[in-house]
Amino acid sequence: MMALRLARPEHLVDLNGVTELDSVQAIDGLLRIGAMTRQFVVGADSTVADQVPLLALATPYIGHFQIRNRGTVGGSVAHADPSAEYPTVVVALDAELEVSSTRGTRRIGAAEFFEGPMMTALGPDELLTAIRFPVWAGRSGFSFREVSRRHGDFALVGVAVGIELDESTTIRRAAIALLGVEGRPRRAPDAEAALVGTAISAVDAGEMGRLALKPLRATDDIHASAEYRRRVGAHLVSQAVEEACRRASEVDGD
Amino acid sequence: MTDPIEVAMVVNGAEHVAAVEARKTLADFLREDCLTTGVHLGCEQGACGACTVILDGQAVRSCLLFAVQASGSAVTTAEGLAGADGSLNVVQEAFRECHGLQCGFCTPGLVVTVTAYLADHPDPGRDEIRSALSGNLCRCTGYQGIIAAVEQAAVIAALQGGIS
Repeated sequence: MMALRLARPEHLVDLNGVTELDSVQAIDGLLRIGAMTRQFVVGADSTVADQVPLLALATPYIGHFQIRNRGTVGGSVAHADPSAEYPTVVVALDAELEVSSTRGTRRIGAAEFFEGPMMTALGPDELLTAIRFPVWAGRSGFSFREVSRRHGDFALVGVAVGIELDESTTIRRAAIALLGVEGRPRRAPDAEAALVGTAISAVDAGEMGRLALKPLRATDDIHASAEYRRRVGAHLVSQAVEEACRRASEVDGD
Repeated sequence: MTDPIEVAMVVNGAEHVAAVEARKTLADFLREDCLTTGVHLGCEQGACGACTVILDGQAVRSCLLFAVQASGSAVTTAEGLAGADGSLNVVQEAFRECHGLQCGFCTPGLVVTVTAYLADHPDPGRDEIRSALSGNLCRCTGYQGIIAAVEQAAVIAALQGGIS
């Protein structure tokens, strides 16, 4: 933000020395990731890949490896770029954001956290300290896809999908979140509702793409027209739903 | 403005100590205080890759860091890749042989990036190379010579038992 001359803060505090903010902990059905955990650590951590596969799938799409070497989870989430990958995973999984200030600490749900492009529910005195990702146990599969002009460019549109099956092949839980379409990551509740209770063999992936994009007001700008975002977004949703269903069906039930 | 802050870091093997403004970027520190002007500044916002340096073993954008954040670290710039006698490292040699440069502006960032990348990925495929280079813009070559140079550097580094 400073390099782009978009922000000129009076005071700067470097959080790199606060080692408590750099951590990955598995606790009681969730994965707690400290805000200053580097993106390359998230991308390579076996606990993350096992417990929250969407994070591992999304990480390679973030910028370039030189960026991921320094970039942090909390930085990406608090920055709240509409095209960013981690905020979309946060929204898809209904993660909780831990924030602190001298007034105390509180948790903010993903649905309330992202308010618009680069705008969040963080108060001016508040610091994002950690993110609590729910762990989907059981037979679940995930997919993350995005389209950009070149690898590492800002995504024009992208999607994160999670599918959980019951003991057979019926979908018990579905999560779909899109990036780049509106000014903040958006869920696709109609498509999710249509998926739940459906056997994966009966899923109409193309229809899920149409349902997911239908209520959204796609951004129209120099990078892509609204119509392009809608069409490509719908296509990505259908691809990602198919991939997540296949991956979930490949997990052995126990 | 705040008072200057003392920073100390090892740049290409030599200790550098200076008092700098808190908001001086690592790139400007390397260019102005350490005189390692191989650190090139293209976009100054993390997109072009010309300012890439190796910070404690990792390739990073020196334009997106403040010098004070790198205090206590070891930095390698393009100047630090060659041997003390001026002999080019395996990546630099391959860029010369494969015509991996024309005007040369992006070249320091590229040879630093590729040196760091090959240290972690000694046997990359062509698609992996293209992906690894995606963070370094070159406006002259069309990239084909650069990709060929990375492939050649990987082969020669393997024969030599690793990249230096």
